Amino acid sequence: MFVGPFMLVFALVFLAPIVYSLYLSVFRTQMVGGTTFVGLENYAQALADPQFWEGLGRVSLFLLVQVPIMLGIALLVALAIDSGRLYGKSFFRISIFMPYAVPAVVAALMWGFMYGTRFGLVGNINEALGVSLPNPLSPDLVLASIGNIVTWEFVGYNMLIFYSALRVVPHSLYEAAEIDGAGQWRVISAIKLPAIRGALVIATIFSIIGSFQLFNEPSILQSLAPNAITTSYTPNLYAYSLSFSGQQYNYSATVAIIMGLITMVIAYVVQLRGMRKEP
Amino acid sequence: MNARSRHLVRGTALAGVLALGLAACGSGDDGGSGGGDAAPVDTASVLEKGGEITVWAWEPTLEDVVTDFEEKYPNVTVNLENVGTANDQYTALQNAIAAGDGVPDVAQIEYYAVPQFAISEALTDLGPLGADELDGTFSTGPWNSVHSGDGVYGMPMDSGPMALFYNDEVFKKYGVDVPTTWDEYLEAARTIHEKDPKAYIANDIGDAGFTTSMIWQAGGQPYQVDGTDVTIDFAGDEGTQKFAEVWQQLIDEDLLAPVGSWSDEWYQGLGNGTIATLTIGAWMPANLESGVPQGKGKWRVAEMPQWEAGQHATSENGGSSLTVPAASKNAELAYAFVDYATNGEGVQARLDGGAFPATTADLESDEFRGTESAYFGGQKINEVLADSAANVVEGWQYLPFQVYANSIFNDTVGQAYVSGTTLDDGLAAWQEQSATYGNGQGFTVNK
Repeated sequence: MFVGPFMLVFALVFLAPIVYSLYLSVFRTQMVGGTTFVGLENYAQALADPQFWEGLGRVSLFLLVQVPIMLGIALLVALAIDSGRLYGKSFFRISIFMPYAVPAVVAALMWGFMYGTRFGLVGNINEALGVSLPNPLSPDLVLASIGNIVTWEFVGYNMLIFYSALRVVPHSLYEAAEIDGAGQWRVISAIKLPAIRGALVIATIFSIIGSFQLFNEPSILQSLAPNAITTSYTPNLYAYSLSFSGQQYNYSATVAIIMGLITMVIAYVVQLRGMRKEP
Repeated sequence: MNARSRHLVRGTALAGVLALGLAACGSGDDGGSGGGDAAPVDTASVLEKGGEITVWAWEPTLEDVVTDFEEKYPNVTVNLENVGTANDQYTALQNAIAAGDGVPDVAQIEYYAVPQFAISEALTDLGPLGADELDGTFSTGPWNSVHSGDGVYGMPMDSGPMALFYNDEVFKKYGVDVPTTWDEYLEAARTIHEKDPKAYIANDIGDAGFTTSMIWQAGGQPYQVDGTDVTIDFAGDEGTQKFAEVWQQLIDEDLLAPVGSWSDEWYQGLGNGTIATLTIGAWMPANLESGVPQGKGKWRVAEMPQWEAGQHATSENGGSSLTVPAASKNAELAYAFVDYATNGEGVQARLDGGAFPATTADLESDEFRGTESAYFGGQKINEVLADSAANVVEGWQYLPFQVYANSIFNDTVGQAYVSGTTLDDGLAAWQEQSATYGNGQGFTVNK
């Protein structure tokens, strides 16, 4: 009885959109012919859709390259600040965290402007130094450019997760290590890293989800580099384009559901592996 | 919808909107197309009877039209709503039609999107309501654009016959003659870029509307639509090949500024002489005046370069119509309003607001043609633009799913601007993806 109100809100807020998407995904609306029930045809189409797989491949590559770099930097910074050997550590902490407070859309716009080869920062550098830097918004480099923006945005956020996990490690452990004659590197590898394993796993899972849902940055940069960032650049952007330019709501819902399932499976596997392994 | 197209579309809309300085001229009010015939709407009595209609449009000059209209016909209430520009509005309209609820009585739809709504039977055929009698009232390009099959699905509100806008200062400085053919254009592009590596004859990073208009001018008809039977053929289309041949050279030799239209860089380039020409619709002058003030006195208008010397062929670029959705419960009153706004007294109010007309009476009037534009160094630009309207090549058709096709233009043809892909390959990919979409939507494409 007492869970009644909760269940009601839960059903409305969480289940209804999912159920509605599932419902949409088994129909097909055509300009000529109207709406028909097609069962799992949309799913079959999506699984055989090269544009969908290309987009998924792209975000997977992004995940494999950008996430380790970002988490690595975040971890280094967190360890450096935690070591207490850094002067002005609160200044570092806040300035590294600051980009996270900038809305993703604004960040993408800002970087997009800096990437400009004519009037942007890259253009200015070219002009001032007489060099010719490669265009960050060209098709070959644009994924790396997006990775740079995302890293800039989220290093601080991940740093804060790691740092707060480090703060709760009991100091008696460090003292015991010192008595045993362990150096800083030994302390890090034997005490600090194992102690923040949970935080590392959580940050990794968040980053996986974030990579698979990549949307804001490519969507904003698309207006600057329409030829480099196609309408199916990432699976999310693809779902968005399908529904808004193509009126293919049914297929768009299908793509979104498949992408959600893939994300869930991968995040779950990472969680299982991350939590199981003993140091 | 991708951000780029929204940007572009917004710009195009602005174009129609900001067109200040285009002078206006009188337009006869024929008081509707009333008549004793049973079918045509007797606008006078419908307007007398009154009622309430909802209009979805983003064109700002309509505000004045509505104010005047309501003053003249106090029994009619017009709710003018801006539910979004272009694609945003089409999405809203499509949703309302699908839901069968909240559909407006009048909707603004761009020419290239009219077939898409006509084919899905979302629009009222205005022919029997009186539009059938309006042959010759509107210039050919827009008038053909609102036809689909035997029906008339909208009334032309404005038009965008293309012309060559050029920065005369740049041409004088480098001693280049203003090109009259596309071959000369290519030569001029080489000379300008050679004399100043920072200057380009034009900007282009791949624009669906521009490309289709260019193919249109070259006499191409890559799209053939007969009901739901659609053919798309770029490779075998002569006009397309003419365009691709010249444009491929411009791309290969890096003679086009890699700047998107309506971007800040674009406006700067138009002002500082690094973008020397614009081949674009007749709604452009007002945009230049408002967006490129430093170009005052430097810009001029000439006829579009030709594919063969001595010809006078042009095409349309942009422009919209007012349509009456099939679900309107008050189609007669809606038609009466559309007639007022596009063919009646409303035209004058819109011209005063800076729109470029689609009505032949206005295009041919001496007052309109004779207006000298200070921005264009006193040139009578409307002469050139109105002549362009009269020379639009006939027979062009857009796809009944052009909105989607345009949205994937940069995915396909756009690759030719940034990689080793050729325009021909890009067009082939565009054709294939458009055909796949069309077939998925129940059309028979290339079968």
